[in-house]
Formats: sequence, structure tokens, C-alpha cells
Amino acid sequence: MSVNQYRSVGSRIFDAINIAALVGLGLITLLPLLYVLAGSFASESEISSRTFFLWPEKFVTSTYEYIFATDVFIRALLTTIVVTLVGTVIQLALTLTMAYPLAKRYLPGRALVLNLVIFTVVFSGGIIPTYLVVRDLGLLNSYWALILPLAINPFYLIIVKSFFQELPEALEEAARIDGCTEMGVFWKIVLPLSKPIIATFSLFYAVGIWNDYMSPLLYIDDSSKWTLQVLVRQLTGADAQNALSAMETVFFPTQGLKFAVVVIATLPILCFYPFLQKHFVKGVLIGSVKE
Amino acid sequence: MATDLAPPPVKAARVDRRKPSRGRALWRYRWLYLLLIPGLAYFLVFKYVPMRGLQIAFQDFVPFLGYNGSQWVGFKHFEDLFTGPDFGRLMYNTLVLALLNIVFVFPAPIIVALMLNELRINILKRSVQSLIYIPHFLSWTIVASLTYILFSVDYGVLAGWIHEIVGGQKIDYVAQPEWFRPIIILQTLWKTTGWTTIIYLAALAGVNHELYEAARMDGAGRWRQLWHVTLPAIRPTIVVMAILMSGNLLDMSFEQIWLMTNNLNRATADVFDTFTYYVGINQGAFSYATAVGLFKGVAGVLLIFGSNWLAKRLGQRGLF
Repeated sequence: MSVNQYRSVGSRIFDAINIAALVGLGLITLLPLLYVLAGSFASESEISSRTFFLWPEKFVTSTYEYIFATDVFIRALLTTIVVTLVGTVIQLALTLTMAYPLAKRYLPGRALVLNLVIFTVVFSGGIIPTYLVVRDLGLLNSYWALILPLAINPFYLIIVKSFFQELPEALEEAARIDGCTEMGVFWKIVLPLSKPIIATFSLFYAVGIWNDYMSPLLYIDDSSKWTLQVLVRQLTGADAQNALSAMETVFFPTQGLKFAVVVIATLPILCFYPFLQKHFVKGVLIGSVKE
Repeated sequence: MATDLAPPPVKAARVDRRKPSRGRALWRYRWLYLLLIPGLAYFLVFKYVPMRGLQIAFQDFVPFLGYNGSQWVGFKHFEDLFTGPDFGRLMYNTLVLALLNIVFVFPAPIIVALMLNELRINILKRSVQSLIYIPHFLSWTIVASLTYILFSVDYGVLAGWIHEIVGGQKIDYVAQPEWFRPIIILQTLWKTTGWTTIIYLAALAGVNHELYEAARMDGAGRWRQLWHVTLPAIRPTIVVMAILMSGNLLDMSFEQIWLMTNNLNRATADVFDTFTYYVGINQGAFSYATAVGLFKGVAGVLLIFGSNWLAKRLGQRGLF
């Protein structure tokens, strides 16, 4: 009986349309990425004459050879990797250390701090006052400006705090009776139990920094400190030509370069994608459960 | 009574019977407070000090003179904003985009989630899901670059196809004010639809299967099951998402809009955030830009509380 409902003609037509539409959606997602990948291997003339779509007639690797022989790219790539790694460690450390005390319901002053945190979600000083603070701290044109102003995401903090609250208090008690200090409990008991959530939020933070464009836009003027996202923007935006001359470098494969730089900035994300998907889905679902 | 849960102090068992004084609590939980300090310092320096900096919206702020040396001008910048030519345009652009978001972006993941839910070939379902989640992880820079590449008037493959089908003049989509909004909405759909289905799919997975059995017994076909069982079951999720969305109505993605804005389409592209950046950082009008930002911030707070109040009036659980 329960299978019957799928056998009628109407039902089958619906299924066919549904499948076609969903496959279509999948393709709409995938094709632009494949097109850019193909374009990064196509010659300049093929790109401008639009004779290829997913398979260039002639594979050319000169664009990539050029990219990896040019300081600007290597520097941007390394900068982004280092800032992402250091930034993720700092953000995680700050989030975990702050979430732990906030998970202790008996801690005097906890509610006040929590409210201070939540208020920043509702209202903030905004772009200019934050910019002025970063400037006053002397962080303009410093990589720290890409990390510190975004060091703790209040949503992540609240989720981690809720996670800590769920940990069995008995384990912590036992450790305390064995003479562990509060630091010891945090380091030896709580953190090892939190590996899954640490993995999830390292990825959240890492993707956030890797993809961040607003911070470098606001705080970095020096073109020798550009991150990958800025480079992608400079090469593909409407004013790409100005950027090229600003870099004092003459790029020859101008169009192919746009394709290739997009591929380079996307590839790491796609390589990590299986992990990202697993952990992010979990993160979203934890996040959507109300405390 | 909350103190009952407190860890037993290692040595000071005697102290416990008295009501702990503030100093004693501070000492007793010193390690916890120590852990709290770095995070708290972050919030104070990067969230609360800037709030103090909002005072420059009421000053003619000169960086050289500082917060205390700059002259107070009261509501001058707000008067300039409300009577000047910018405000109407910013408000209109923001509201039109918000409206388009409500009409096109909000229902899209609900529809896709329902479609996925009807798909019974598991491997196909999982493949489609894996594909449509990808754009969530790509930066707005990448999305903007893809747009520029696909719609380029010289070599863009999409622009080329459209031209071949429709004919007529070649259109430089990314430079036309009238194409700005469609492009933004298409980008948002491409980047966010797949990912947002997760929340609805989770809600759909929680629907009680006996309800479907019962509906079938009563002779309901698939459409009627969808209408009378599935949709009512995920209605609370839809409402919560609607509240969240209306609370953030003025929050266009700064990066997205900024990356698609150029001198040619500024008439339709400028919204409060990007205008704040443009006037403040590019032109150095810190005070005026801060006033614009403050107006948007206050309006945002009102929207959040307003939508929450409305949700409660409609008998739903609010967010707070």
C-alpha cells in the first residue's frame, strides 16, 4: 500500500520532473566551477573567441607556470595560509577559554558577561568606529588586523559554551578531588572530550579567515601584504587594469589569469570539502537547537 | 542555591558555610576568571570601545584632534543625512533588495528541501546535496569573480549565450544599474539556497511517519500529504527563519554588494553599509559615515525587537 502511491502516472511524471530539476540545480552549481577550471588551461585566443566550454581544444599550462614564477602570487598564497593557520589557532584558543568559565552556572558574574556578548550580536559600533580602534592600536597594514578584530564569533562562543555545559560534571569533580586545578581540569579533561567540536569550529574559523575580504579591504593598503582574496578581486574586478599596473608587473595572459587565480583560491576549499561538509552540517544542526 | 553546584573548594571547607563575599568568590574561582580574561578583553577592545567611538557621529571628528578635542555638533550629520540626496536612494535600494530577498531568496530553500524530500533515490539525493552545498564555502570574492567572468561583455560565456538567444545589442551586465539587482539575487540564490536546505531537511526528517500513514489511509495523494502533513510540520521552522530574516532585513552582505559595485551602477548598488565604507574610508568623512552606520545599527535593533515582538503576538516562540 505504501508503495502504491508512487505508481500512478501523475506521480511518475512528478518524480521525473523532480529528478530533472534537482539534477539541473546540481549542474548549475557545478558548471561555472568546471568552466573556470577549463578556462584556466585554455589559451588567450580560445577564451576571447569563446570556442571552448568545458574542454579547451588545446591545453596550455603557461598561465600556471607564470603564476608560480611570480612573487605576487606566491606571496599572497603564503600570506593567506599563514594568516589562516595562526588566526584559527588564536580564535579557537580565545573561544574555548572564554566558553569554559561561561559554562559554569555557579560562576558569579557569568550572566553579566553573557549579556555583554549577546548584546554585541544585536548592536555594534559599526565599520568606522571599529576601523578607528584598529588604527589607534597601530594595526593598519598589519596581519594582526586580519585576525584580532574577528577573534571571537559570538555565535560559535555560545554553541561551544552549550557544549561544555553538556559535559558530565562528575568527571570534572573526580579530577578536582584528585588535586587537579581548574586549569588542569580544562586542559586534561574538558579539551580531550571536546575534540569533535574543536574540529568543527577550527574549520568554521579557518574558512572564515580564508574567505575574508572585508578585513583586508579595510585594514591593508600595502599591496605586498595582499591576501589571496584581494588578489582575486584585483585581477577579476571591473578595474583590473589599474590593479595590474599598480603591481608594477606586466601580466601577459590577462584573461587566463583571471580563471587561474579563481581556481587557486577555490581549490583548497574543494580539497577540504568532504571534511567541511561533514563538520559544517553538524555545526549548523547544533547551532539551530535552542539552548 | 546555584552555589550548590560549585566544585568543593580543596582546602576552604570551613568558608563554605558562610555566604561567600565578593573577594572570596573572586579568589575561589580565580582560575575560571583567568580563563575568562582574554575573551573578555577581546569584546571590550573590539566591540565596546568602538561603541564609545560612536560619539563621533555627533562631532566633527578630526583624527588629529582625537575624540576629546573634536568639536561637538549635535545632530548635524543626521540632519545632513535625512535632508540630503543620499538617504532616499540608500533606503530605497536597501528596501528593494530586502523585498527581492523575501520574495525570491527566502522560499527557494524551502522548495528545494521539499523536492529533495520527495526524491527516493538515495545516492542521487546525496550527490545533489553534496553539490549544492559547495557554494556556501566559496568566498564572495570567488562568486563575484565567477559573475564577472561569466557575464563579461568580451568573453563571458553566459553573456554570449544570452546574446545568441535574445539577439540585439550586447549588454555589459555588471556595469548596468538595472542589472545590478537581478545579479545580486541570482548570486545569493546560487550561494545560499543549497546550504539553507539543511535546516529544512532536518525539520523534514523529524516529521512523524505515522501522520503520513494516517493521511494515506484517508486517501490523501502525494500533493495532499505535502500540503496537509509536511508543510504544517515544518511551519515552526519556517517561522523562525522568517523572524531571523526580518531581523536582518537591512543587513545586506557588505562583501557581496561591495564587490559588485562600480562607478557605473552606484545608483542602484549603494546600500547603507557600502555607503558608510565609501564615504568614511575612501573619502575620509568619518563623522558623517559613522552617523549613517549608527542610523542603520539603530534601525537594525528596532527590526530585531520588532520581528521578535510580532512573532510572539502571532503565538510563536520568539527568539528571546
